[in-house]
Amino acid sequence: MNKLKSNPLGFLFIIIKYISLIVGAIITLLPLAVIFLASFKTSAEYGSTGILELPASFLNFENYIIAFTKGNMLVGFANTFINVSITLLGSMICGTMIAYILHRFQFAGRKVILGLFLIATFIPAITTQVATFQIMNYFKLFNTRWSVILLGLGTDIVSVYIFLQFLDGISYSLDESAMLEGASMLKIYTRIILPLLKPAIATAVILKTVNLYNDFYSAFLYMPKQRLHVVSTALFKFKGPYGSNWEVISAGVVVIIVPTLILFLALQKYIYNGVTAGSVK
Amino acid sequence: MNVGRNTVKEPVKISKEYKVNQFKKGVFISAFASVPVALLITFSYIPLCNMFYYSFTSWDGLAKTKKLIGFSNYITIFSNPEYFMVFKTSLYYLVGAFIQMAIALYFATLLTNKVKGGNFFKGILFFPNLINGVAIGMVFLCFFQVGGTLDMVLKALGLQDWIHKWLGDRSINNMTLAATSIWRYMGFNMVIFVGAIQSISSEIYEAAELDGANRWQQFRYIIMPSIKRIIQLNLLLAINGALAVFEIPYIMTDGNNGTATFVIQTIDTAFKYKKVGLASAMGMVLFIIVILVAIIQTLFLNDKREERL
Repeated sequence: MNKLKSNPLGFLFIIIKYISLIVGAIITLLPLAVIFLASFKTSAEYGSTGILELPASFLNFENYIIAFTKGNMLVGFANTFINVSITLLGSMICGTMIAYILHRFQFAGRKVILGLFLIATFIPAITTQVATFQIMNYFKLFNTRWSVILLGLGTDIVSVYIFLQFLDGISYSLDESAMLEGASMLKIYTRIILPLLKPAIATAVILKTVNLYNDFYSAFLYMPKQRLHVVSTALFKFKGPYGSNWEVISAGVVVIIVPTLILFLALQKYIYNGVTAGSVK
Repeated sequence: MNVGRNTVKEPVKISKEYKVNQFKKGVFISAFASVPVALLITFSYIPLCNMFYYSFTSWDGLAKTKKLIGFSNYITIFSNPEYFMVFKTSLYYLVGAFIQMAIALYFATLLTNKVKGGNFFKGILFFPNLINGVAIGMVFLCFFQVGGTLDMVLKALGLQDWIHKWLGDRSINNMTLAATSIWRYMGFNMVIFVGAIQSISSEIYEAAELDGANRWQQFRYIIMPSIKRIIQLNLLLAINGALAVFEIPYIMTDGNNGTATFVIQTIDTAFKYKKVGLASAMGMVLFIIVILVAIIQTLFLNDKREERL
């Protein structure tokens, strides 16, 4: 290490390192900072002040009120909350059940089911909506929240893989001793597997929450009815009526990013783990 | 292009088996497996099979009957420039993905060196990956609009000659959108690379330092070979990513002005122009490409495994 410190090249490296990181951070934050500042400006102020000039008052919530009420964001948050909650609950139950079965039982068709879950990751999700749309119509799910909820459940493959991987680390002898004590298979699932899967469930819930919260296209395609708008589709609608009212659009953008930011700051470790768990080691 | 999320996993192997009544076991398995499997089949496989069938028809999505027309839809895709030219748009995102990977690797290397506030910088660079796509679209519409943030910054730096109609000018708008995509997804690759670099044993670095290896040599001869495979894999997956680009151009430019990607074209063909048959054929083309890439990837992975043995 001492050798590096006395080395002028090493010193240059340290300078380049910090300059790169600071430039990277500025490029990442600048577009967001402009939006944040704009969200507190009045319409006249937005037109007359520079983009990085502070607003006259950070207590000007006018744009936020418009975003929530006229901009339908309040409805969006309510719907997003309902849809995401139901989908999460359903997909964690379904995901742990199928992972338990596939991991602990040998039966005819097991390989087929594993294969189905594997190949499904390769089906391009957006283009198949061309055909999925007909299924939604067939079940009369168009313009109901169940379209998006069932789609979220039916295409939840990543969670299943996280559970399968995690089950590798849960010793089979636990199942065996419970069985010797007369526990049923259902009891093993609820009393042993589920509690031990908690860390995997946490990772899957976080990844899934971010994905569902950010989902735009399925809500846009299947729930055009305004009463069913989620945050993504509500914000997308800002493009029309508020086309040039950047201060109102900015408020909508801030409102949609804040929950994500809080989640990220609180659960950074889980999020990074989730990202690396989803990639090839 | 959300590169790297679609990866193959080895199926799990079972070593032991519950010793219970076969009938009970069968009932239990059916009870637990039926709902998840039914959902998977209904929303992944039936659409895929239907899409395959529709791709040989001239169906408009509404008519009661579907007329079979053989391979006409596929011929249209590859002979009508209106359809196959959109592949050109993907090239912008493919080049973008390579640049994205290079930037990610650069930052990952910096962050795995001793750096003050490393977690802080890592957090900032990664965060865009979590932001809602519609919000990102809006943020960059504001950033790139005429007289918007970028123009102001260029003016302040005395570079007003560089100002363009970033989203309007056909010769550069796809680059603008690809750059937005890099802003969004770079942090994801970076975090993966950081993970890979950190899994290299610190003893190797120490040995290298004792031998007098400089930073570049450490990067070239220790880091690069260790994470070569993960980089190659990510580059391969970038092909899928570049073809599947949808949200950013759809939200920012509606795919107008030469910014339509293959997926946008497919969706518009189906829902705007009501040519479900043709759109299905386009969907099948994308599916086949994705499967081909997956096969190459698997072959390539097996190759590496043999090498190690």
